Amino acid sequence: MSSTSLQPAVPVMPIEPAKAAPSARRKRLSPARIGVYAFLFSAALYFLLPLYVMIITSFKSMDEIRNGNVFALPLLVTVEPWKNAWSQVSGGFWNSVAITVPSTVIPILLGAVNGYALSFWKPRGANLLFGVLLAGAFIPVQVMIYPLVWMMARAGVFGSLPAIVLVHVIFGMPIMTLLFRNYYASVPHELFQAARIDGGGFWRIFLQVMLPMSLPIVVVAAIMQVTGVWNDYILGLVFAGRDNAPMTVQLNNVINTTTGIRLYNVNMAATILTAALPLAIYFISGRWFVRGIAAGAVKG
Amino acid sequence: MSNVHLRKLCITRGSNQVIRDLDLHIEPGEFLVLLGPSGCGKSTLLHSIAGLIDLADGSIEIGGRDMSYADPSERGIGMVFQSYALYPTMTVEKNMSFGLRISGAPKAEINRRVQKAAEMLQLESLLDRKPAQLSGGQRQRVAIGRALVREAGVYLFDEPLSNLDAKLRAELRRELKMLHQTLGSTMIYVTHDQAEAMTLATRIVVMQGGRIQQIGTPSEVYERPANRFVAGFLGSPSMNFVDGRLEGELDVQRRFSAGMLALNLAPDCVAPPGAVTLAVRPEDIHLAPDGSLQASVTLVEPMGSHQVVWLDCGGHQLSSIVHDPRPLASGQSVRFDIDVSRVSLFDPASGKRL
Repeated sequence: MSSTSLQPAVPVMPIEPAKAAPSARRKRLSPARIGVYAFLFSAALYFLLPLYVMIITSFKSMDEIRNGNVFALPLLVTVEPWKNAWSQVSGGFWNSVAITVPSTVIPILLGAVNGYALSFWKPRGANLLFGVLLAGAFIPVQVMIYPLVWMMARAGVFGSLPAIVLVHVIFGMPIMTLLFRNYYASVPHELFQAARIDGGGFWRIFLQVMLPMSLPIVVVAAIMQVTGVWNDYILGLVFAGRDNAPMTVQLNNVINTTTGIRLYNVNMAATILTAALPLAIYFISGRWFVRGIAAGAVKG
Repeated sequence: MSNVHLRKLCITRGSNQVIRDLDLHIEPGEFLVLLGPSGCGKSTLLHSIAGLIDLADGSIEIGGRDMSYADPSERGIGMVFQSYALYPTMTVEKNMSFGLRISGAPKAEINRRVQKAAEMLQLESLLDRKPAQLSGGQRQRVAIGRALVREAGVYLFDEPLSNLDAKLRAELRRELKMLHQTLGSTMIYVTHDQAEAMTLATRIVVMQGGRIQQIGTPSEVYERPANRFVAGFLGSPSMNFVDGRLEGELDVQRRFSAGMLALNLAPDCVAPPGAVTLAVRPEDIHLAPDGSLQASVTLVEPMGSHQVVWLDCGGHQLSSIVHDPRPLASGQSVRFDIDVSRVSLFDPASGKRL
């Protein structure tokens, strides 16, 4: 099983503005609407069917899996596969938490400072710097793995928690900077100028004026970074070392065991457990109402 | 209150020079209005006084001290922005006290100043609100309050009323004038609205293309515009311009003529004969049954308190402000007089006042 199958699409803008209320008068069921619903239904079926199979299989015993239909509901529900799966990947779960927390907080803070500096202080060569940073975002990660391994081995940190966090910080930087730079570009420059006249310096304006009004973009950045880091496989495999292997790597070890019979129910349960956190984040973040934080700063 | 001296000021943005060799001296307690169309450099000039734009050359002196390269917070200024620029996550009180808290002023002093400013601007009941919970007029009052608590030597206003609706604008304009009377501090105010300039200013600086066109009291600038640009920019409807010739010899009364429009000028007019542009304010064109000039009405704009009547006088379009409420019909023939004591003459080539 490759890591890519675990990665749900990254939400570019998970916070959608509320849609206007539909007009009162509208045709209830035109042929076009039936077509739309038919498409939506089949699309939902297409994406939900594998999940359905995973869930029901994880609650079946191996005997039932061997003898029964793939789509049939379990005759006898058992949670043994889940216990078994958790015992195998729980270490990875905590490793992933230990990797994800610093790999989310540090890039967001650095990206916010970068974006703030690029948008407001406009240092000499800011555009060039930003261009170089962006170019970094488009170079495939795989290209840089070997040089990084070599450098880290020389520095003596290869295969450790700091190593994998550092790698995530580096690769998260371009997109985090881009996010915050664009967000701050929409903040009126007069706000910054007012803070300058009030005597604010670089850090004070950042910490007391800009960062408090950045909650919407911090949420977006956190969602992107958490899901990206959590779903990562290749970097974790290479840089984390055995003791810090993230959940995705342990999941791969569970599923690709070459000895013994294939425990499909355990595999399914372990996969769901690994994907649970990004899934939960998507469901929760959709409900967060974070718009309008900056409303009222400028003309109403 | 401080004085402000700008000497040989040059400001460049990118490759183009926005302001070149500008000199301006502002006395303590003045309400100086920088007036001009958008892009004339008035905001750039204000921002350079605030220290938000670097100088290419020249010097800025505020309160007797050279501030050409000082940090904005060290210049002893308070500034109010067009977009209010309130800190959205802070309450009104925190917005107003932000600068004082940064400078480490004692708590009692901060409270005293915030209370004083809030009282002056009727903001006492709003101190705990966030900017998003305020109306536009309230927001701008908070922004003014934030400048006031700095107890600065000079207050800078960058089109502070432009985002408000007409009624609020007139109201806040009056409040600003009262504020200036009470505080007596030096104020520099940027606007493109001539009504604000005329009502607020003790002196108006009319700017265009990065240069000062005229400096003077509102009545000076209005009555005796230094050039055609100033004449056309101030006044609504704008001044009427008629190109024609000036006739007459030395010590003889001058006579202006442009086709059907001919009139004897005031005896004190000593401009040399030749081609000139005559400029007349609409309120100096009086409709009268026994007037010496004749025109036909082309359009009437009723304004309530008066009507603006557009006249065609032998091909010259003239606007006139008529206080007589009796309606006029377009096409109607009317007679009128021009108050020659209040006309201006400009050199048609250079646009300068003659």
